[in-house]
Amino acid sequence: MGELRIQGLTAEVAGRQILNGVDLVVKSGEVHAVMGPNGAGKSTLSHVLMGKPGYTVTGGSVSIDGVDLLGLPTYERAKAGLFLAMQYPVEVPGVSLEELLTEALSALGRDSSVVHTTVAAEAERIGLATRLLDRPVNVDLSGGEKKRNETMQLAVLRPKFAILDELDSGLDVDALRACSRRVEAATTEFNLGVLAITHYSRLLEELKPDVVHVLAQGRIVAAGGPELADELERTGYAEWAEDEAPPAAADPFADPFA
Amino acid sequence: MSSPQWLVDKRSAAVHTDQFAMPSSEEEVWRYSRVADVDLSQWAIVSDRSEGVPAEAAALLDSLGHLAGTVVVRNGSVVATRLDEALVAKGVYVGSLVNGPDAQNSLGVVADGGPDVFGRLNDANFLDGVLVHVPAGVTVEAPIAIIDWIDIDGSAVYPRLVVRVGADADVRILDWHGSADIAALVSPLVELDVDRAGRLSYGNVQMRGPRVWQIASQVSRVLNDGTLTSSHAGLGCDYGRMRTDCELIGRGATGNLSAVYFGTGSQTLDFRTFQHHAAPDTNSNLLFKGAVGGQSRSIYTGLIRVEKDARGTNAFQTNRNLKLSDTAWAESVPNLEIETNDVKCSHASTVGPVDEEQVFYLESRGVPTEIAERLIVAGFFDEVLEEFPVAAAVPLIAAAIDERLDAGVNS
Repeated sequence: MGELRIQGLTAEVAGRQILNGVDLVVKSGEVHAVMGPNGAGKSTLSHVLMGKPGYTVTGGSVSIDGVDLLGLPTYERAKAGLFLAMQYPVEVPGVSLEELLTEALSALGRDSSVVHTTVAAEAERIGLATRLLDRPVNVDLSGGEKKRNETMQLAVLRPKFAILDELDSGLDVDALRACSRRVEAATTEFNLGVLAITHYSRLLEELKPDVVHVLAQGRIVAAGGPELADELERTGYAEWAEDEAPPAAADPFADPFA
Repeated sequence: MSSPQWLVDKRSAAVHTDQFAMPSSEEEVWRYSRVADVDLSQWAIVSDRSEGVPAEAAALLDSLGHLAGTVVVRNGSVVATRLDEALVAKGVYVGSLVNGPDAQNSLGVVADGGPDVFGRLNDANFLDGVLVHVPAGVTVEAPIAIIDWIDIDGSAVYPRLVVRVGADADVRILDWHGSADIAALVSPLVELDVDRAGRLSYGNVQMRGPRVWQIASQVSRVLNDGTLTSSHAGLGCDYGRMRTDCELIGRGATGNLSAVYFGTGSQTLDFRTFQHHAAPDTNSNLLFKGAVGGQSRSIYTGLIRVEKDARGTNAFQTNRNLKLSDTAWAESVPNLEIETNDVKCSHASTVGPVDEEQVFYLESRGVPTEIAERLIVAGFFDEVLEEFPVAAAVPLIAAAIDERLDAGVNS
């Protein structure tokens, strides 16, 4: 049984602290939803876990099965078993999906000769037109196609843990259902552990969470079962809304000694 | 073989009308260039004929698949020519310019004297020159390949190519510039003449050796409804310059101009383009994409000029540069000069490193940084290579780009 363990994670962007000590453990085969208001640090969390440039980790640890991730470059994190389905999948002109996955599988030490057949099968399963497979990665794809494409890559690469960064944004209901069903199936098919970062509960209709966490002001402030997601949908995040004024907006005429 | 009298006269006229003074890099079109380092007295003009097809040229031709015709030029001498019989019967000519049909009127038809001193030097010093002539209405299905090869160390060589495409004729040409590993000064002058509704696709691969200096000029003229597609791959040379003058002089004429270039080591690759719209409803589309690694430099300056009469013109110009090392340098200066209101014009230019977000995306799938960057750089050239006029040359260009990436370009 593997686990993705996040402990006391703090991180900043451009000198501003965004994550204030995140603690979270996801075990293989589990689905954890991280929900929270805008600005809570949801996307920062996903980027920091994958090692995106521009973020500075100031404390804490992240590991998969005891392997520390924070000291590794992004591709080594992928090799350790982490996958990030991006909120805004990047267009990469001139690089085809098949090229990308061939390189990825061989770097992961897996058989890359099966890419073509595996991709074709997974694409069909998730409803991604095969004509898109020879095209440059994400170029001119619709929102729904991009998310299906991210999920399809997840299925081909079979990571241990997947972070889904707002997989439910910018796509239609059909695509959302196809993507969330595929991820749900992966949790039993290859025992995928999932960290689903989302603002809304609609993702969780097909992708059944074991635990729902509330991320607010850069830390996990509440956790519960699936019913917590429904409650958040009704009540919103007002309870955990940002209550301190952002420091950049401080009144320049305020008495500094007050 | 002695030259005909008209050619002797033309050459002596070129010699007498100009002292071959080198241009100054103060002039806009020579800014950032290395023309100040050109010393003509340092190079020996080749006046003796060369014989025999170099092995490299023969191998190259073999790798290009079926060709309708071939010409091999060695140090300015035409050493081999072949053309499918069926095309000979249709009046197509591929071979030495001085022996070609209507040679006297063909030479200089588009670029009499060339746009600068190097054009005049070419007029005065070219040996045979090459002529490709496709009569009106004739379509040449397979490409024609010209291998221009240089292997005399210390030489100054002036290759000349004239292409005449008749009304409603259609032809694709690959013009391959190669050399042995020698030092040489090469100054090609290429004239592309496209008659009414003619279609010429011309691909030029510059893969000279690393000690060659090349200062090239390509001048084209497109008549009514004609289409010129000209693609360039600039990879070789110590200093490799190409000036492109595309004259759209007939209503509805189109000029598609594209290039890929990749500098490494201490190379300088230098491009100057002129899209000249002199008639109504003319279209030009330019896309030059380059990468610079090591301490190499690239220069792109381009001008779109739209004359008062050229109503309904569409003119686009895009230059994108990837800077692969801190010590590499790329300059990009686009310009517009428009004298009518009824036009659609745009220009764009960028210089920057490999996109960090793209690298992160590929890395997040497990692709190591170095391979991710390679994929992105190779992919960056794809949109130009996909449209390269002679598809059989594309794998060779792609392999040369890979070779440069293998050698390491980050420092």
